[in-house]
Amino acid sequence: MTKRHNRMMLVGLLVSGVFLAGYLGIKAFSENLLYFYTPSDIMTGKAPKDKSFRVGGLVEDGSVERDGMLVKFSVTDNLETIEVSYEGILPDLFREGQGVVASGSLINKCVRWTCINTFNATQVLAKHDENYMPPEVAAALESLEAKE
Amino acid sequence: MWKWIQRQASPKVFYQTCNRLVPWFFWPFITLLIVGLYWSLVISPADYQQGDGYRIIFIHVPSAILSMMVYAVMAIAGSIGLIWQIKMAEVVAKVSAPIGAGFTVIALATGAIWGKPMWGAWWVWDARLTSELVLLFLYLAYMSLNSAFDNPRTAAKSSSILAIVGLINLPIIHYSVKWWNTLHQGYSVGTGGIKDPNMQIALALMFVASILLYALLVSIKARTEVLIREQNSRWVEEEVRSLMS
Repeated sequence: MTKRHNRMMLVGLLVSGVFLAGYLGIKAFSENLLYFYTPSDIMTGKAPKDKSFRVGGLVEDGSVERDGMLVKFSVTDNLETIEVSYEGILPDLFREGQGVVASGSLINKCVRWTCINTFNATQVLAKHDENYMPPEVAAALESLEAKE
Repeated sequence: MWKWIQRQASPKVFYQTCNRLVPWFFWPFITLLIVGLYWSLVISPADYQQGDGYRIIFIHVPSAILSMMVYAVMAIAGSIGLIWQIKMAEVVAKVSAPIGAGFTVIALATGAIWGKPMWGAWWVWDARLTSELVLLFLYLAYMSLNSAFDNPRTAAKSSSILAIVGLINLPIIHYSVKWWNTLHQGYSVGTGGIKDPNMQIALALMFVASILLYALLVSIKARTEVLIREQNSRWVEEEVRSLMS
């Protein structure tokens, strides 16, 4: 009996040790595991300044401007907004109001005396949300929202 | 109770149980697979944004859930083998590994096939995709460690410890979309993300079919594994002779 209890203790210790190590590791590396920064992170200076990184958020309604292969749009997290410019092919799901993740770097564009940060993207990925529904349901939901 | 478990866990009884269970898993699996595929591909409506492309979730989601469930079963069976020294638990853990690895490969592959048209990339290094890839490596490590020893008991012991250590990856995979910003979407199942009842039924059918497939493969593979392990005992000799004739 004692031998079995010993083994049970050892397995228990192993499990709790591993989970403690995992918890500490995740706490320590949390920052590095972020796939993208939000526009708010950029405004508060959390995003890297001279390295390339990714920015994620929703494509602001009415912000998409196309000029041949060049696309300009704004990405927002409903608090802050950043202007993104990109040249290339966009994924199927790209549209206004859709989540996107763009990778590239910040450039400071100055016109006369006002300077704004724009994001020069080398790749734009669409982020799908967790909703799956037929078109009728989507239309019904939309008209419901419009009523409110 | 304890006596009953010990009796069930004797190689001969376990072998006979597996033998008896195979048809009980096989026919429900085939039925559910056919009905589930019909429900997924024909009855379920197209998605409002993705059209028919979303239908890959009926394979992707069950495989991804199974890849984690099988790992949990493997680690729990491994611990039972370690603590109570039940040999048949070691057998279950060992034969589960390649099946779980298979589900992981299916989840990763279907995800990549979906990701290219929808996201615009086959693969990204976000927390969800990376942790699922780590799961595949854990399965491969378990399998190679298990086959590195001649003595099956030693092999079971060391690989079970590896399986228990790797358990930490399961909550990481599950919560990765919640803890960190990922490209992979958040939970659709259990949050009302799947709005159409036919889509929900199709997904449920495919999920149960996947569980049955796992149970079926375990009982088939465990049968063989028991025969190999007990090859020197009299009953195996008789069994093999009756199978040959």
